[in-house]
Amino acid sequence: MARVVVDVRLKSEILDPQGRAVQGALGRLGLAGVTNVRQGKQFVIDIDGELDEAASAKLHEIAGNLLSNPVIEDYELTVEQA
Amino acid sequence: MSAQGARIGVVTFPGSLDDRDAARAVRLAGAEPVALWHADHDLKSVDAVVLPGGFSYGDYLRCGAIARFAPVMQEIIAAANQGLPVLGICNGFQILCESHLLPGALIRNDHRHFVCRDQALQITNNTSMWTSDFELNEEIVVPLKNGEGGYVASDAVLDELEGEGRVIARYLGVNPNGSYRDIAGITNARGNVVGLMPHPEHAVEPLTGPTTDGLGFFTSVLSSLLQGAAR
Repeated sequence: MARVVVDVRLKSEILDPQGRAVQGALGRLGLAGVTNVRQGKQFVIDIDGELDEAASAKLHEIAGNLLSNPVIEDYELTVEQA
Repeated sequence: MSAQGARIGVVTFPGSLDDRDAARAVRLAGAEPVALWHADHDLKSVDAVVLPGGFSYGDYLRCGAIARFAPVMQEIIAAANQGLPVLGICNGFQILCESHLLPGALIRNDHRHFVCRDQALQITNNTSMWTSDFELNEEIVVPLKNGEGGYVASDAVLDELEGEGRVIARYLGVNPNGSYRDIAGITNARGNVVGLMPHPEHAVEPLTGPTTDGLGFFTSVLSSLLQGAAR
């Protein structure tokens, strides 16, 4: 089995209102000195069998077109073979 | 073709909210609304399409991200690229951006609150197929209701949109959602695809809307279709 992890983050120039809200909460909880918080998403995809080149290419296509929006987000894809 | 004979499709996705109001606006403008279903590869030979507001697929992943891959969207993307008039309102605008029929993206409002109010707009393009019945710089008031209505794009894209006159409407007064350069709506280079965050379909009757200013979008496309047929 292969496990594919896709992390999606907003590009640095895009405002992240949710991260801003979390940053405010951190201050209220007594954590001082927080200068920035960015919120992202993680997708954990388990696939039967070995991950061949075609499947890997397909996963990159999906990560770049469905799981992330290239206009506002970047993704990072890592494969953990079990 | 007469305006009376024009057939305008309104797509229903799981989670669409404003499809009935959009169909009603189409009827009040003088055309026949045609219900289109997200799971069908069928546009029923309509002359134009409205993607209504709402929360297609529960806004899961990103607003409009899953709707983009619906069967009906494959037909709409192909037809829009051939010149079919398409208006995306609110969630429909988000779907058009996710489909790359329009540039940029819509993100959560900068102030993080859902906004629902009557919104003053300035019409800044009256050459697109959906805005041709307005006067240039005309001020209108229609409802605005969104949680993720902040229009964002790179400076290069924003400059291009402004340089080519493709910003069709701007917010007047306080910017309601953090949209870059007060942008409320845009069109593609051809002028057949328009995305708009406010809701013209809720401003078509004195009884239920703040104005009837919204009708202009629906009568515009009928005028544009007639002009196209006459050419």
